[in-house]
Amino acid sequence: MNGIEVELVQEGPIPLAARFACAAGEVLALVGPSGSGKSTILRCIAGILSPRRGRIAVNGEVWFDSERGVSLSPQVRAVGMVFQNYALFPHMSAIGNVMAAMDHLPAPARPARAGELLGLLHLAGLENRRPAELSGGQQQRVALARAMAREPRVLLLDEPFSAVDKATRQRLYREIAGLREKFSIPVILVTHDIDEAIMLADRMSVLHHGRTLQTGTPEAVTSRPLSPEVARLVDLRNLFHGRICEHRPQDGRSLIEWAGHRLETGFQPDFAIGSEVAWVIPDGFIVPHRRDRPSRGEHENPVRGRLASVLHIGPTAHLALRIEAGEPHPLFFSVPGHVARRNGFVAGAEVVVSLLAQGIHLMPPRQSGAPPD
Amino acid sequence: MDWIALTLSLRLALLTILLLLPLGIWAGRLLAYRDFRGKGLVEALVALPLVLPPTVFGYYLLVAFGAASPLGAIWQQLFGRPLVFSFEGLLLASVIFNIPFAIQPIQRGFEGIGVELRDAAACCGMSWWRTLLRIELPLAWPSILTAMILSFAHTLGEFGIVLMVGGSIPGETRTIAIAIYDRVQAFDSASAGRMAAFLLAFSLVTIALTFTFSRRPGRGRR
Repeated sequence: MNGIEVELVQEGPIPLAARFACAAGEVLALVGPSGSGKSTILRCIAGILSPRRGRIAVNGEVWFDSERGVSLSPQVRAVGMVFQNYALFPHMSAIGNVMAAMDHLPAPARPARAGELLGLLHLAGLENRRPAELSGGQQQRVALARAMAREPRVLLLDEPFSAVDKATRQRLYREIAGLREKFSIPVILVTHDIDEAIMLADRMSVLHHGRTLQTGTPEAVTSRPLSPEVARLVDLRNLFHGRICEHRPQDGRSLIEWAGHRLETGFQPDFAIGSEVAWVIPDGFIVPHRRDRPSRGEHENPVRGRLASVLHIGPTAHLALRIEAGEPHPLFFSVPGHVARRNGFVAGAEVVVSLLAQGIHLMPPRQSGAPPD
Repeated sequence: MDWIALTLSLRLALLTILLLLPLGIWAGRLLAYRDFRGKGLVEALVALPLVLPPTVFGYYLLVAFGAASPLGAIWQQLFGRPLVFSFEGLLLASVIFNIPFAIQPIQRGFEGIGVELRDAAACCGMSWWRTLLRIELPLAWPSILTAMILSFAHTLGEFGIVLMVGGSIPGETRTIAIAIYDRVQAFDSASAGRMAAFLLAFSLVTIALTFTFSRRPGRGRR
């Protein structure tokens, strides 16, 4: 295939059981909490670390294969890597840093090519500054230019946005989007920020303790997680447990019993009647009922509760609704601030919400074979 | 001023740092980047000359260099003269007692280069040698310079070990520090005073230079 295929397995010192692929021109985000092995995986791809077992192939060329005893050195693998703290050479100018990765070019060709790359990343005029004389965002773009200088066959980004402010970050998102259009190579982005992954990545791979738990489009992973573990890792806070009570293939519905309610969900016949399930509902599928007049879809899974907390953050109100009947965890949802004010959503108020059936996603309560966390 | 003693001291100090430069870079880099069994013991041995009384250290060197020792015997066989009370013996002793002054600053210098920088060099396609020459040595350079200045100054000033291993043979082993002692013994305070003042000024300048270099102006590393 055109792109990179990665399979890494080891028991220690940092356990790994990762398997994913990234096509040319695609951005794959590796997402997981700190310590989940994301950076280790990037270092294995770059060849700085060797896993016990596994296989790494880029455009069909094998970089690492434990069975065949193949392990190319980092100097031979053409990777472009942007490190978390940029790792610019402090004693070299911006252009010196970029040219440091151009040993594959004849010396006279380097300055022009390096200048071109710096220009591409809007760093023209700063060629002779040292890293210490550049802002965080500029340093990062130098790091990106240096990563591209090697004409890499895969671009690896290790939490590249963690050390810059929000405005700089937005700008760098655009730079990366521009780069991937110009150079059609796989881009693997490590981040612990789900929102960043959703914004930048075509697909994301959720990691925990070095294991890839689920790989898919951000939409699929964040709305249809494979397990409660993934749901927690992608920050789905509305995670509950219930029991299947009925399947109705004729109207495409399954019914679950939860905290004294019977909730309609999309038809999900894989779960046997009577079995326990975990279920999630993303924020956007919880619709509060208006007080003054009935709203559309009011008959759909109405749930009554009392607001435990109302937090206004910027233009959005974040609400926690405590269900009366025996469910210890509140339902979290958010509405525009003006909607909260108009409807009198204050702490202690009684509110009815609809849980839209199409948003309710069922999962086995604990993925088989997965250790409890 | 005993010019012969001063020249001998300068020659000894210069040769000492020339020998220590490659050794210090190799050992300092190894201790900075590698973890191996017994590393703690090696680091303790490196630091040992700092705490051992010069007479104790000098005594062991004298035993190790003597004609009865394997090293002394081999030397005698190869060159037809003893290692002790010779300039070569003094140079060898000088290299050994300067080990902490050379290796420790260089080790700290290499340690100050983050692992990410070396990984970045590898990801840039730089070979081991290129990384050493273009990244590590330029960044560790202030520490290497500090180590060399310290070793140079320390060689000029060392007294106890020199006396034990070299004695006080004019033109062969009598260094300026020994010459000062000799002058004092001979009640020639004027001469002793001049040489002492010279050493004092020289040491002050070297320490000042060391501080200046170790401050690394304009090299903000994150």
